[in-house]
Amino acid sequence: MSEEIKLDHLVVQGAMYKTTLTPKFKHRKAWKAPNPNLIYSFIPGTVIDVLVKPGQKVKEGETLVLLEAMKMHNSIVMPFDGEVVKVNVQPKDSVSKKEPMIEIRPK
Amino acid sequence: MSLKRNILDLRKRKEEIQKGGGEEAIEKQAQMGKLTARERIISILDENSFHEYDMFVEHAARDFGMEDKILHGDGVIIGTGTIYNKPVCIFAQDFTVAGGSLGLMHAQKITKIMDHALKMRVPLIGINDSGGARIQEGVNSLAGYGEIFFRNTLASGVIPQISVILGPCAGGAVYSPALTDFVFVVENISKMFITGPGVIKSVLGEDISMEELGGARVHAQVTGNAHFFAKNEKECFEQIKKLITYIPWNNKEKAQPFPAKPPKKSKKVERIVPTDPKIPYDMREIIKAITDGSEFLEIMELFAPNIIIGFGRMDGETVGFVANQPMVLAGVLDTDSSDKAARFIRYCDAFNIPIVTLEDLPGYLPGVDQEHAGVIRHGAKILYAYSEATVPKITVILRKAYGGGYIAMNSRHLRADFVFAWPAAEIAVMGPEGAANIVFRKEIMEAEDPEAMRLQKIQEYKEKFANPYVAAAKGYIDEVIEPEETRSRILHALKVSKNKNISMPVKKHGIPPF
Repeated sequence: MSEEIKLDHLVVQGAMYKTTLTPKFKHRKAWKAPNPNLIYSFIPGTVIDVLVKPGQKVKEGETLVLLEAMKMHNSIVMPFDGEVVKVNVQPKDSVSKKEPMIEIRPK
Repeated sequence: MSLKRNILDLRKRKEEIQKGGGEEAIEKQAQMGKLTARERIISILDENSFHEYDMFVEHAARDFGMEDKILHGDGVIIGTGTIYNKPVCIFAQDFTVAGGSLGLMHAQKITKIMDHALKMRVPLIGINDSGGARIQEGVNSLAGYGEIFFRNTLASGVIPQISVILGPCAGGAVYSPALTDFVFVVENISKMFITGPGVIKSVLGEDISMEELGGARVHAQVTGNAHFFAKNEKECFEQIKKLITYIPWNNKEKAQPFPAKPPKKSKKVERIVPTDPKIPYDMREIIKAITDGSEFLEIMELFAPNIIIGFGRMDGETVGFVANQPMVLAGVLDTDSSDKAARFIRYCDAFNIPIVTLEDLPGYLPGVDQEHAGVIRHGAKILYAYSEATVPKITVILRKAYGGGYIAMNSRHLRADFVFAWPAAEIAVMGPEGAANIVFRKEIMEAEDPEAMRLQKIQEYKEKFANPYVAAAKGYIDEVIEPEETRSRILHALKVSKNKNISMPVKKHGIPPF
């Protein structure tokens, strides 16, 4: 190489290669196991209504939050029988994607 | 009565139409570094070769007060001309006329020249600079887009289709360029997106500028929608004129041959490549060391730079190069590089351009993000493209060819015509490090000094399997060659492959992994 290029490392199948990394590779998000006790916003939008309070017992399928996104009202429902631990949003809040809106725990 | 008066009248009419949207609108565009639609066409074509049609077409909008408006040429210029004395069809949207918006007649002019290009089997160049659908014309403008997309698809693989994005190209309009072979973008001028920043902000609350959302650099680097990136319009036109020298005029022809010339004197190829397979080098130096005049036109230079694609000439004939780039991400295959290479292979195959593959890769890029992005589906595209390609296919393995990467990079098993390997090439199911850890796992674990044992076993594996002779012994490699022979071997292989003629099973079409 004529000019000096700063090299990084990349491990592929047990071997460590000297190379450069692309911005896309550097900015990739590390995978995290989803927490089943957190209800995330699946789409950016606006909270219309919060139908539960902390400590409230909720059955599977009951609506927790009404979220408006892309001109649609989406019911965010309880995935299993359990209890609401914490509520992080209130009506008129705008949430981005993957924001933890409600914390729950199983019965 | 003489025709003189009519002729003068005609001239006056034409002069009026050629003003486009008027001086003020033109000045506004010029301030952004934009030429007028007519200037753009003239810059791309041979001098005095442009012939325009449908100049007097009038728009079809009859509502919202549009009926009283005069839109010169309905915002688009179509015509034919020549580049290096060979015929092409061309259209250019004129942003100065109603924002280059697409209505029924505007679309009909474009489809007229598209039909002509396909009928006459000549390349089509489309210059896009439009605010989008003409809302006042309603479904008629949607119909117009649909008719254009349909023709793009019909012409795909028959005539070269080149899209030049010299302004906004938003909403449905983006799909015409996306269906064409090569997309050219210019910094600060090209803007492509399905939904603009305004809608994204109001619906999703995400604040992003037009440039960050769909500017030239984004499409050249991140999305892979653009193939050529230029700093200004002039450079863009030069790129188009350069590209067009490498490609045939249609799928029944071959690219125009040029006088053969040797590569420029450069470093010996074996000096470019370090012996340690873990140390990188710039694969472009190898390509330039073997092409005529050391010339190489790289395509999609900024997108997925871990693989290199582009055109060069060998003994005067156009060759498509596909090469792993050890300098970036160690040259691995991943979703983006697979897409990039696969489409180029299909382009070469459709247009009778032989493919030379230069191989040096450690395998596929590991990671959850890659798996979840569908590296299986995307990686399969390369296998599909190489397998279905019937043009001459030549592979040179420089250093590493491991595992799935070995198979994918135009191996004998996908019907490569000639496969060569340099003497230090490691052709194996995986690199010595990974393999030793698995094969000799027990020995390494039970050894007094596991690390020393590991190194010893890596060395053992290297000597036994990580060389080209195991594959050569089975005939998977046709010949182990000296690096200096690379050009002469490829030249000969191309020469003897000139009349290659194989037939594939008859089918309507395959179902490639998209």
